[in-house]
Amino acid sequence: MSPAEATRRSSVAPAVPARPDAPAPERPEAAPPAEARAAPPAAPPEAPADTPRPSNPAKEFVQVFLRNGTAVIGFVLLVLIAVMTFAGPAIYPVDPYTMVDLPFAEPFGPYAPLGTDYLGRDILAGIIEGGRATLTVGVTAAVLSVVIGILVGALAGYFGGWMDRSLMKVTEFFQILPALMLAMVLVTIFTASLTTITLAIGIVAWPQVARLARAEVMRIRKMDYVAAATTAGARDAYLIFRVILPGAMPPLVVAAGLAVGTAILFEAGLSFLGLGDPNTMSWGLIIGQNRNYLLDAWWTVTFPGLAIFLTVLGISLVGDGINDALNPKLRRR
Amino acid sequence: MTETLLSVEDLKVHFPLASGDVVHAVDGVTFDVARGACFGIVGESGSGKSTVARALMRLEDPTEGRITLGTDEISSLSGDRLRALRHRFQMIFQDPYSSLNPRLRAGQAVREPLDLMGLDIKGGREQWVRQCFADVGLHPDSTRLFPHQFSGGQRQRLSIARALATQPSLIVCDEPVSALDVAIQAQILNLLRRIQREKFLTFVFISHDLAVVQNICTEVAVMYLGEFVERAPTGQLYAAAKHPYTWSLMAAALTPENSRRAGERFTITGEPPSPIDPPKGCRFAGRCPFATDTCVAEKPAIRDFGGGHTVACHYAGELTPPLEELAA
Repeated sequence: MSPAEATRRSSVAPAVPARPDAPAPERPEAAPPAEARAAPPAAPPEAPADTPRPSNPAKEFVQVFLRNGTAVIGFVLLVLIAVMTFAGPAIYPVDPYTMVDLPFAEPFGPYAPLGTDYLGRDILAGIIEGGRATLTVGVTAAVLSVVIGILVGALAGYFGGWMDRSLMKVTEFFQILPALMLAMVLVTIFTASLTTITLAIGIVAWPQVARLARAEVMRIRKMDYVAAATTAGARDAYLIFRVILPGAMPPLVVAAGLAVGTAILFEAGLSFLGLGDPNTMSWGLIIGQNRNYLLDAWWTVTFPGLAIFLTVLGISLVGDGINDALNPKLRRR
Repeated sequence: MTETLLSVEDLKVHFPLASGDVVHAVDGVTFDVARGACFGIVGESGSGKSTVARALMRLEDPTEGRITLGTDEISSLSGDRLRALRHRFQMIFQDPYSSLNPRLRAGQAVREPLDLMGLDIKGGREQWVRQCFADVGLHPDSTRLFPHQFSGGQRQRLSIARALATQPSLIVCDEPVSALDVAIQAQILNLLRRIQREKFLTFVFISHDLAVVQNICTEVAVMYLGEFVERAPTGQLYAAAKHPYTWSLMAAALTPENSRRAGERFTITGEPPSPIDPPKGCRFAGRCPFATDTCVAEKPAIRDFGGGHTVACHYAGELTPPLEELAA
């Protein structure tokens, strides 16, 4: 059954025959060496106790992630924020666009728990309503920038040569542009709708992802298993998307998470500057509209700002946690 | 046994650098391998032996020369026409860790070539994969495991199973045992020899270890700086090597019965010259203790000493080997 067993004790001497049909001998040592594990000498009906179980990478990932305290805190934060934004209107049914009290009512008042803004609108309702736009823009813009970045980076890193040089020139062109300025110009030229803002953020945020993807693809492209897939008859598209990119995912997932944070900050920045969609409530919009009254009514700016801070913090913590959980060196020794 | 399966004519692989220089990794290598034979290529690091292997697998594009497998010239093909022939030549890599995709289960890794090339096997691909596992001494149920759950030797068995899956006629082994423990090396070598005999495979076997090559090969070529300096059937090379570089490799090989003390051993010093600007004369002249002005000025022709023994040295046959076993 197992020539491995039959020849374990042979030296490199050329005279030892392979004996493929030799009966499996007794195990020479009490503790079988690792080499014998998956090739048990006499194929027992059940796998022996020391046969490694087929591992489930997803399960392992979750286990490592849950062992990471700060990552779990970040995850809980994000879940709370998501619940607040998407289930909040049902729990706290106050219209964020109507007056509920006098302007600049202080927090913890009878009508508005977090106070009112310069028009007497409920800040808490605004945060709940605005979260939807902010998070949607953040996530969509991040997805857009990551998709563009991965495509550009993977093509440049895989093909190299003139493809790499020309794509990297384009990337550098976008990188040297001041991102917020470019987004501002795009939003000013076109209408200030959520779609435009999302596109603008996506277009300015991809170069970093592209550089990261390129570096990862170049590193993995040199691995022997890519050469092995080539000799197995794989085409370029299969090599890029099925062989190389899955291995490049861990840092890219983290980059994608951080891109969400950046996109939220961008959206807030545009709204703060008055370039956001004035008809859609968002965290940045609340801050932007109330920034003139910062010294008289701190709560109008502080609470939406806190929402942005906690969201970005949560995303960063989860991103780091994912990075650690996907890192095989930290997984198991 | 005399039918030629692989024929390599004047193979050159040059890598242009950004600076405009050219690395002459392989610089004119010619050899034939008969069906069922095992052709060994030995040499130190940087001699170009792995580049030969990669060029044979068409992982590098040959700059010049022809590679013919059976009746098909594979050096000029590309794209789908090359892919259609790839099932006939497969490779076993040196590093059992980086040569297996960590995300593919063992069974998938062996099955991948079949799926990609659309090869249908009687009895189904799944059954064939299990058969390949059994052939290399792995438990068929271990197809569900991931590569990191195997030991180094088992991973190399997996690599061999993957190379066997498409039922190739030629397998290029690029230092298949040099990353393994000595005890495991013997197992893998015996496995390779058994498989070669049973399936009548043809091997091109790359190694830096003369003992390993002696164990498995029928013919050996010694490579130095992109060129073959000596080539002979295995027995003849080990009994009557004629090139000083071959002597130095043999002297460097440690054997259990080696009684020579370090001071008496025939050694060479220095590093090989740069492949960017190889010497005009004999490429080994700078390190050869027997070198003369002729060696530096003139490139030695490859001379035939009969019985398939060829040597590229001006003084081959005239020098006295500094090794006891050859001097006799």
